[in-house]
Amino acid sequence: MSKLLVNERAIVVPGELIAEGMDFLPSTGTYRANDHIIANRLGLLQVSGKVVKTVPLSGVYQPKKNDVVIGKVIDVLISGWRVDIGGAYSAVIGLKDGTFDFVARGADLTKYFCIDDYAAVKITNVTSQNLIDISAKGQGLGKLTGGRLITVNSAKVPRVIGKSGSMVSLLKRATGCRIVVGQNGLIWINGTPEEEYVVVGAIRMIEKYAHISGLTNRVETYLKEKLGEEALNRPEVPEEQVGESERPPMRERRPDRDRPRSRFEGRDRRERRPPRDRPPMQASEEKTPQGSEE
Amino acid sequence: MNSNVKTHVANAIKKGFRLDGRKNDEFRKISFEVGSIFTAEGSAKIIAGESELLVGVKLTAGTPFPDTPDDGVLMVNCELRPLASPHFEEGPPSIDSIETSRVIDRGIRESGSLDTKSLCIKKGELVWMVQVDIVPLNADGNLIDLGAIASLAALRVTRFPKLENGKVVFGELTDEKLKLSEFPIPVTVHKIGNNLIVDPTEAEEQASDARITITTLDDKRVCAMQKGGDQPFSEEELKKALDLAFSKAKDLRAQIAAL
Repeated sequence: MSKLLVNERAIVVPGELIAEGMDFLPSTGTYRANDHIIANRLGLLQVSGKVVKTVPLSGVYQPKKNDVVIGKVIDVLISGWRVDIGGAYSAVIGLKDGTFDFVARGADLTKYFCIDDYAAVKITNVTSQNLIDISAKGQGLGKLTGGRLITVNSAKVPRVIGKSGSMVSLLKRATGCRIVVGQNGLIWINGTPEEEYVVVGAIRMIEKYAHISGLTNRVETYLKEKLGEEALNRPEVPEEQVGESERPPMRERRPDRDRPRSRFEGRDRRERRPPRDRPPMQASEEKTPQGSEE
Repeated sequence: MNSNVKTHVANAIKKGFRLDGRKNDEFRKISFEVGSIFTAEGSAKIIAGESELLVGVKLTAGTPFPDTPDDGVLMVNCELRPLASPHFEEGPPSIDSIETSRVIDRGIRESGSLDTKSLCIKKGELVWMVQVDIVPLNADGNLIDLGAIASLAALRVTRFPKLENGKVVFGELTDEKLKLSEFPIPVTVHKIGNNLIVDPTEAEEQASDARITITTLDDKRVCAMQKGGDQPFSEEELKKALDLAFSKAKDLRAQIAAL
């Protein structure tokens, strides 16, 4: 029978025994040794069903698939861009994940991203060898122009975003600033200097009181004090595009120039081949070994 | 620095509302801590916003230079270690590091506020050597001004160590203080676009087109200057910068005098 040795939401330290038995599953910040689960990071213990994990209280950003982060371009590669995303390893935007445009062979890639540019990107893959693939194509992704960037601890980002984005939309609504929050702790803010200053103040406050309940009330009070009572009653700002995130519309079809669509158009090339109903020939039958005629 | 961010910084300054909410001619709030290093004869720590510097003054006895046999020696050194900022590199001192220490040195030296003649122990043989070491602990802009202010604060609280038979007994301080007749306060005025600002943060320094450090004394005298950056200052701007330097130095001087 499996047993949890530490209370949930208790602070665990690396090497601490969390659970005995095979019924629990180790997740991030924990590992299994024989039939024990042991912590390997400092943090709060979280148990959901059978899965045991630790939620870090601080520390460097750990890249995770599907995270939207803000990165800084540090190198232009032969077919892509290397981006610093604030983690231990840098990430790469492949050419096809950087832009919807057709990029000719040998084209100047700095047209899309240049060194020191900032971009909102999504992590598409993290390999076991810590190679990180990111994409700048998609809703709300792309190059960030103008605005300023501030950094918060990546462990505090969930509080800055709030439950299903409530905190960020509160800040956006009250100040009228455009805000992009990256899971890596980089936050991009664009508005008038006065508005931005209020947002920065609010984020610093969220960072400071991240562990205390009633954070939204506290932020609301702060915003009222800075911007006046009516600031919170402004209409919701529609979700907007940061960069070129949608595929540009296809040009109209021109029957005189475009070849007729075949019934395989758009499908994978391999699908076009008719299905084989006989097994492939054996290699030995097909080819006589060299020198056998002699 | 990203040119977009640079434009953003410049636009904010144009509106007279800087990124940290200050006005263009506003210094960050400065706090001091003096005498916290016990192994130094005088020390000071200065904190302004995110910038933080530590200054130690060491007094040793040594032989004077042959051309100035009855003058004490003043040495000012500032090292920008990687500890303070990701932009600072390990290795031999960078140009910025040398410039910072030279400008601070020049301000104190050329003001004549430190009477080197009074540092003579025995003419031609033994004089006091004042060594000022400036170490930024966290660099967020304006290291010249803050370093110089902290140096003055440290020099102000410096006490001579005991001297026995021409040898210094370290760790035993006498009540005799180093005499500083005036406070030469440098104020670096940065030009960003067509606007002048004082006490820039690191982001503002990176967006800066030109800068001029003006070291002034109480009675409206200028004792040292240093110009940096690619762009020129017009005559008009220079006059404005001078006025700024005088008015800001006045506030800062009062703060040091109160220590």
